[in-house]
Amino acid sequence: MNAASSPVIALRAVGRSFAGNPPVDILRSVDLRVDRGEFVAIVGPSGSGKSTLLNILGLLDSPTTGRYLLDGIDTTTISHRRRARLRAARLGFVFQAFHLLPHLTVAENVSLGGLYLGLPARERARRADRLLDRVGLGHRRRARPRTLSGGERQRVAIARSLVAGPSVLLADEPTGNLDSVSADAVLSLFSELHAEGVTVAMITHDPGVAARAHRRVRIVDGQVLR
Amino acid sequence: MSRGRARPGSILGEAMAGISARPGRLALTMLGEALGLAALVATVGLASTASGQVSDHFDRASADRVTVQVEPSRAERGARLPRDAERLVQRLEGVEAAGTLTRLEVSDPVGTVRLLDPQAPPDPMLPVLAASPGLLDAVDARVAGRRYDAGHVARADPVALLGAGAARRLGVTELSHGPAIWIGDRALTVIGIIEEVDGRGELLDSVVLPETTAAQQFGWQGALSMQLDVAPQAAETIARQAPLAIAPQDPSVVNAAAPPSDAQLRDRVQGDVSSLLVLLGLVALIAGGVGIANIMLLSVMERIGEIGLRRALGATRGDLMTQFLAESALVGLLGGIVGTSLGFVTSMVVALSRDWTPRLDPLLLAAPVAGLVVGVLAGAFPAWRAGSLEPAEALRTL
Ligand SMILES: Nc1ncnc2c1ncn2[C@@H]1O[C@H](COP(=O)(O)OP(=O)(O)O)[C@@H](O)[C@H]1O
Ligand SMILES: [Mg+2]
Repeated sequence: MNAASSPVIALRAVGRSFAGNPPVDILRSVDLRVDRGEFVAIVGPSGSGKSTLLNILGLLDSPTTGRYLLDGIDTTTISHRRRARLRAARLGFVFQAFHLLPHLTVAENVSLGGLYLGLPARERARRADRLLDRVGLGHRRRARPRTLSGGERQRVAIARSLVAGPSVLLADEPTGNLDSVSADAVLSLFSELHAEGVTVAMITHDPGVAARAHRRVRIVDGQVLR
Repeated sequence: MSRGRARPGSILGEAMAGISARPGRLALTMLGEALGLAALVATVGLASTASGQVSDHFDRASADRVTVQVEPSRAERGARLPRDAERLVQRLEGVEAAGTLTRLEVSDPVGTVRLLDPQAPPDPMLPVLAASPGLLDAVDARVAGRRYDAGHVARADPVALLGAGAARRLGVTELSHGPAIWIGDRALTVIGIIEEVDGRGELLDSVVLPETTAAQQFGWQGALSMQLDVAPQAAETIARQAPLAIAPQDPSVVNAAAPPSDAQLRDRVQGDVSSLLVLLGLVALIAGGVGIANIMLLSVMERIGEIGLRRALGATRGDLMTQFLAESALVGLLGGIVGTSLGFVTSMVVALSRDWTPRLDPLLLAAPVAGLVVGVLAGAFPAWRAGSLEPAEALRTL
């Protein structure tokens, strides 16, 4: 592994402003580098621009200025279609609100993670089964999400984010809706995945949660503190 | 193994899962469209069954008659058809039989005895008609007893035919002894009874006698109308040619008309009824489509989080539009299948309850496709909405 020479994420002077009168600069000249195999926490007070940053990292939003390289690919100059393909193949998402589809079973929800990569249904189901075992929910694969606890739902969402074998797992306040016991289980899972080589970028406003990561990046008022 | 983009089949699978997530809503959504299509299918199905059923019956009485008449204001001033009118029209292509007919001005009742019996009910006033022998052919008359012929005409014999209705009113049933009738003090021998005619139904209620007899006894001075039996499809043309053939110097003295046949009348009435039903069905179909569009739009709004998630998982705008369009199309197709089946069953039940042989227009098998098209049209705007949502915005909404 050649960590120093292969950043998964490289932001160069990224700015993001939203139209308005006057326009508001939410992110200002952000430089950020996340190397392969890292477990990074992005911390900062509410409203500091963490989610805006994560949306940019996840190719769900585009910077107004600056460049963003994902696995060395300059994402600021490519088509919507290629960005979608990068999301499908190289990015895994874990949201505070889980975003599980209520009409699908747990296993079907997980297998959605390979749908837009074009994996055959059987392969998606196989990976879903393996990952559900991995997050300790193999026995609930036929359950509906609403019958699960918050912590279980988030573990299902983590399994879904791993189906495509992403380069980096992006988590926005993954413990924000969880009690401390469930939060702890989710953070332990991140640590285990990290130990297995998964790259994790996690956003949180909670210093206790951030302490579980191996590196912390502070963001205040749209700027990364050195 | 990975294609780097979603397989079309898998998006269709997502669409199916999407609509089957809420079966009750699915049923209600497609109901309007299904009812509209059912109305259309039943209308078209019954129209083809019914027309198959009655066309045979009506074809026998199709448009093969032409009526010629002296223009009434000219008749007032004494105008009559020329004596050789019958022969003149026979020259026209397609005329199969022709005969003249004139109602006589008669003020006397018709009776079977000469002397009035004060106890008996008064004799009836019956129409008295002068007809050429050819007229009976022109109306395809069925006569019991015998008809009058050229001999009777030449001699101006005092003979008459009674329409079946007139014979009943006069109590004439038996012809073998040559019953007599009296019109005032004029005696006529009844030689036949007209039992059935095809056109000129008034013959059945009248006394009918040769024109020469009418000339001698009732002052007949020439025919006022003529009835033609013509080849099928020739009626319109002959009606146009007849006035000139009969009165070349002054065609306007003669009116000729091909009355609409029963079949034409029936088609017109039936056409009006079914186009009204078709219109109602179309309105219901459009209302059903609007209903689908509404529910699909509601569904897009409810599922904004799902849309954001799918974008995060790598769906393109096109993938989401495809999914929602497919959901709408599936709803439309299901509604189409349900509606077509309902319509088929309805027309079957109606046909069988009338002892008709059900005939189903194979074109109706296209009805489910119409449902699909409605679904696609209804889903276009909601699908566009689903595709145009910004993923970051969509994910912010819980
Ligand atoms: N689409 C937008 N338009 C305008 N302002 C926005 C938009 N999205 C976020 N913001 C603003 O940007 C700031 C940072 O938001 P966010 O990145 O969600 O903060 P955090 O996640 O750190 O709490 C907030 O003040 C928010 O109101
Ligand atoms: Mg946030």
